[in-house]
Amino acid sequence: MNKPAIEVHGLSKCYQLGAIGTTSLRDEAAALIQKLQGKAPAVDKREFWALRDVSFTIQPGEVVGFIGRNGAGKSTLLKLLSRITEPTRGRAIMRGRVASLLEVGTGFHPELSGRDNIFLNGAILGMTRAEVRAKFDEIVAFAEVGQFIDTPVKRYSSGMYVRLAFAVAAHLEPDILIVDEVLAVGDSEFQKKCLGKMQDVAGGGRTVLFVSHNIGAVTTLTKRCVLLVAGRLLHDGPTSVTLERYLEHTHSTVQTYEAPAQTTPRTHLRRVTTVTSEAAGVQAALRPLTIRIELALAEPLPIGVLVLSLINQFQQIVAQTHLEPIAPLLSGGGAELVCHFPSLRLAPGSYSVSIGLGERPGGRVLDQVNEVCGFEVARLGKGEGAWNQDGGLYLEDSHWARG
Amino acid sequence: MNPRQTETIVEPTGGWRFLDWRELWAYRDLLWLLVWRDFVARYKQTILGPLWFIVQPLLTTLVFTLVFNRFAKIPTSGIAPVLFYQCGLLGWNYFSQTFQSTAATLTGNAGLFGKVYFPRLIIPLAGVVSNLTAFVIQLLTFFVIYAIFAFTGELGEAHIGWNVVLLPLVLLQIGLFSLGAGLWLAALTAKFRDFVVLATFLVQLWMYATPVIYPLVQVPAHWRTLVALNPMTMPVECLRHMLLGTGSVGPHLLMLSLMMTLLTIVSGIFMFKRIEKNFVDVI
Repeated sequence: MNKPAIEVHGLSKCYQLGAIGTTSLRDEAAALIQKLQGKAPAVDKREFWALRDVSFTIQPGEVVGFIGRNGAGKSTLLKLLSRITEPTRGRAIMRGRVASLLEVGTGFHPELSGRDNIFLNGAILGMTRAEVRAKFDEIVAFAEVGQFIDTPVKRYSSGMYVRLAFAVAAHLEPDILIVDEVLAVGDSEFQKKCLGKMQDVAGGGRTVLFVSHNIGAVTTLTKRCVLLVAGRLLHDGPTSVTLERYLEHTHSTVQTYEAPAQTTPRTHLRRVTTVTSEAAGVQAALRPLTIRIELALAEPLPIGVLVLSLINQFQQIVAQTHLEPIAPLLSGGGAELVCHFPSLRLAPGSYSVSIGLGERPGGRVLDQVNEVCGFEVARLGKGEGAWNQDGGLYLEDSHWARG
Repeated sequence: MNPRQTETIVEPTGGWRFLDWRELWAYRDLLWLLVWRDFVARYKQTILGPLWFIVQPLLTTLVFTLVFNRFAKIPTSGIAPVLFYQCGLLGWNYFSQTFQSTAATLTGNAGLFGKVYFPRLIIPLAGVVSNLTAFVIQLLTFFVIYAIFAFTGELGEAHIGWNVVLLPLVLLQIGLFSLGAGLWLAALTAKFRDFVVLATFLVQLWMYATPVIYPLVQVPAHWRTLVALNPMTMPVECLRHMLLGTGSVGPHLLMLSLMMTLLTIVSGIFMFKRIEKNFVDVI
C-alpha cells in the first residue's frame, strides 16, 4: 500500500486584521513609547481565521475538487500547499514533486520572445532547462503559436498569451498538480482543450487538486470534492454529494443580512432584506421582488452611488442596477432604500445579492456586502415543467402572432 | 511511484533559519535564466542600450574631476583624476546597483511571490550576477581610458599590477556584501515602507564614507580603522591598488573588512529568511 500523496492535519491560517500590512516607523515608534510607558498599545488586534483546522488525505492518482464561495478559504488552502505562505498551525505532507498553478503566465516578460518565455516560465515553475527542451515542441504545438514563437510576447493577442502560458504549465509533469481557476481564461475551444489536458494528467496517475467555481468543470474532472465554508471543511465525499451540499448551503443563506455587531467605521450597509414573492426564500419567476437596504453614514455624502447585483450559483453577475445620486435620499445620516423589480425575469436557479456603496461613480468604495440574502427562482403555476428548465439565463418578454 | 520520491512538508517554522543549499541548487537553472532575462530585457528597453553603462560612469567621472579635483582640490595620490575616479567608481557602482536591486527584491516581486513558490533568494542572487555585466563594460571603458593615457604618456605613477589576477576575489567580496546589506534593507522595507526612500539616500551618503573621491591615505591615521569598518573601503582601495598601483591596503584592515562582510551577509540572510516566509500576507 502506497503512502498517501497528500496528508493534511489541522491546517489553519490566521490573519491579523487591522495589523495587516506594513507599518511606518512613526507608528511603530509611537507603539513602542506607549509600551515603555506601560500603556497597552492601541493596535486593533482582531484575528481572522481564513482557514481553520482543515484535515484530509488524498491518495496518489486521485483528482479532488475544492469548492466553496469566495472567501471560504480555498485560495488560502492552495497558497499554503503551494508554500507561498506559511500556516499558522497544522501540518501538510506532500509526497512527490509538487507544481502549483495559481495563475497562468506568472513571470512572463513582455520584451522576451515566446521561446525565451517558455524557458523562463518553466524554470519559475520548477523545471530544469533540459526538461523544458525535451518538451519544447509539444508546448509550442499545444499553444498553437506556431511562427510567432520568436516574437516578443508583448505583441501577442491575449488569447495567444494565455495559450502559451497554459501550455508551459500543462507540460510540467509533476506528481501533484495544484490548479486554481486557470480554466476561466481563453476561448471556449481552448478551455475544452485545457480540460482534456487536465484529464490526461489525472489519467496518468498524477494527483490533482482542482479549485474552481465552474461546477461543470468540477463535475467532469473530479470524483471526489471538498466543500469549504468560512474556512472550515464542511463536507468531503463524492462530487455529486458535495455539490448537493454546496447548493443546499447556498439556499439556506438567510434572507436578511445584518452587519456584524462589531462594526468598523467603514460599515455603512447595515441591513439588506429580500422580500420574495413566496415563503422560504422562493421567488416565482416574472413576479415582483423587493430588496430593502438600510444605510447609516457618519459623514454627509456629496453624491453617492449604490450598485446592486444579482449573482447566480456560478458566481456570475446576471443583473445589475444602480442608484445615483443617493445624497438627496438621506436624512439624518441614514436611509432605507427600496429596490423593486416589478417582474423578475431571471431563469430558475439560485441567486444572491451583492451591494456596493461608493462615493461617486468610479470613486472610492465605502462599503460592500457580497452574496447575501440568497433566494431561489422557480417557475410556479401554469405551464410549469412544460419546457427545458436549463434554457437561457433570463426570461425574455415576447409576443407571438401569425405573420 | 516516482523513484525520486521527495516529501514536502508545510508547517509553521519558528525561529531563525539559514540557507537550504540543496533547494537553491535545484533552482540553479532559474538563476541563469533570470540573469539572462535581465541582460536581454535591459538592452531591449533602452535606446542607447549598453551605451548607458559607459556614458553614466564617464559623466560622473567628469563631474567629480571638475568639482572635487579642480574646485575642491582634493588630491588623487598623483594619479590623473579621470583615471582615479573612474577606478573608484568601478567597485562603487557595482555595489550601489546590487545593493539597490537586492533591497527591492520583496517589494518589486510581490506579484510573482504571491503566485508561485521558488527560493526567494534566487532573485537577489540573479541581480548579483547580472550586475556584473555593467561592471565588465565599465572595466573595459577603464582600460580604454588607461590605454589613451599610456599612449599620450600621461600615466605618471599609475600602473596595472600583477595582483590584478585577484580582482575576482574583490568582486566576490563586493557581491557578498551588497547582497547582505541589500537583504537587510529588503527585510526592513517589507516591514516599514520608510526604508524605500532610505535606500537611495543611504547609498548617496555611503559613498562619502567610502574612499571613492579621495584616497584612504588622506584620512588621518587614527581614523583609518574606523573608515575601514565600512566593508566597501577595502575593496575600493584594493581595486585602486591593482589597477593604478596606489592605495593603502593592509592585512589588518583587510581582515576587518572581511569580517564585517561576513557578518553582514550571514545576518542579512537570517533576517531575509525570517521575513520572506509570510511576506505575501502583509503586502
